[in-house]
Amino acid sequence: MAAIIGRTSRQALLVTKSGTFSPKANFVSFKGKNGKKWVVAMVGAATVGAVGVGAALATPVLAEGVELHPPKYPWSHNGLLSALDAASVRRGYQVYKQVCAACHSMEYLCYRNLVGSIMTEEEAKKDAEEVMVEDGPDEEGNMFKRPGKLSDKFPAPYANEEAARFANGGSLPPDLSYIVPARHGGEDYVFALLTGYCEAPGGIALRDGLYYNPYFPGGAIGMAPALYNEVIEYEDGTPATASQCAKDVCIFLRWASEPEHDIRKQMGLKAVMIFSFMLAISYYLKRHKWSVLKSRKIAFKK
Amino acid sequence: MSFLNKVYQAVFRRTSTFALAVVTGAFFFERGFDQGAEALFRYVNRGKLYEDVKHQFGGAGEEEEE
Repeated sequence: MAAIIGRTSRQALLVTKSGTFSPKANFVSFKGKNGKKWVVAMVGAATVGAVGVGAALATPVLAEGVELHPPKYPWSHNGLLSALDAASVRRGYQVYKQVCAACHSMEYLCYRNLVGSIMTEEEAKKDAEEVMVEDGPDEEGNMFKRPGKLSDKFPAPYANEEAARFANGGSLPPDLSYIVPARHGGEDYVFALLTGYCEAPGGIALRDGLYYNPYFPGGAIGMAPALYNEVIEYEDGTPATASQCAKDVCIFLRWASEPEHDIRKQMGLKAVMIFSFMLAISYYLKRHKWSVLKSRKIAFKK
Repeated sequence: MSFLNKVYQAVFRRTSTFALAVVTGAFFFERGFDQGAEALFRYVNRGKLYEDVKHQFGGAGEEEEE
């Protein structure tokens, strides 16, 4: 492909109309540099080899434990230009609000982030008003409670980490704002974890209050299986199977960690388009300007 | 020859009109480019964007949760 483009553009740009061009005019030569070229080639090959060996050695050797690694799922937003599935994000928000939010906070997400991404402003306001937020101090210096506003963050289920640990038998439910980029495997891991609960294999004793999940490092997880078939009812009528809920909540968590996801991919598309256009123009201009120099004959006379 | 020559004589020859042509050209090019790229993005992702699925969730949200 590149060779064809190069050849055609060379022919178009470097056509010499007079026909006086001959290879004999090549008085300026680079003889005697073959040895140097060989050295350069050797150094280049050695560098490539060294980088390859370095890359091979730098690959971390992961401890092969008993945990399972999640398979790769075909997420609908996997492609370079693929946006998040907004309907799925909205269903996932419903799952989070009705199931996950009982234990997990999302302290970096505000109600205003929902507006225009997965719901209208009125719906987001209605959602925000359902929670009571501590505000203040008022004129008398007292803190007071008021209904939430769009600018409020999602409510935290526990006042602090100690309260969360105390309520969950010592395990801390992690904040879910950035959980997808924070875990190896991302959505694949979260989905596999949510749907992967099973009986502990023989020989593994679990403490009280722990559950067995082969995808969780160590196998013993403090979170009870949270998603069942029909655990909630979707507002758009999608059958709420456990795997559907898990898939939706994974896409929601991806959106929550990256609300700019769609805009980012759109900007990427624009950048690729404009830069390929400009690259073509600058290549053409370079050839155009250099064509004079390249077709010039230099002769040294005594 | 004739058309390009006319354009050259009318626009590109004088610096003032040339600069004006650059500014207006940039305005229209950017606008067209942005809209074209966004239309392409919407076409690639049709059915997945919020604008496409808005209607599935009822008007003004009647029931959300308990």
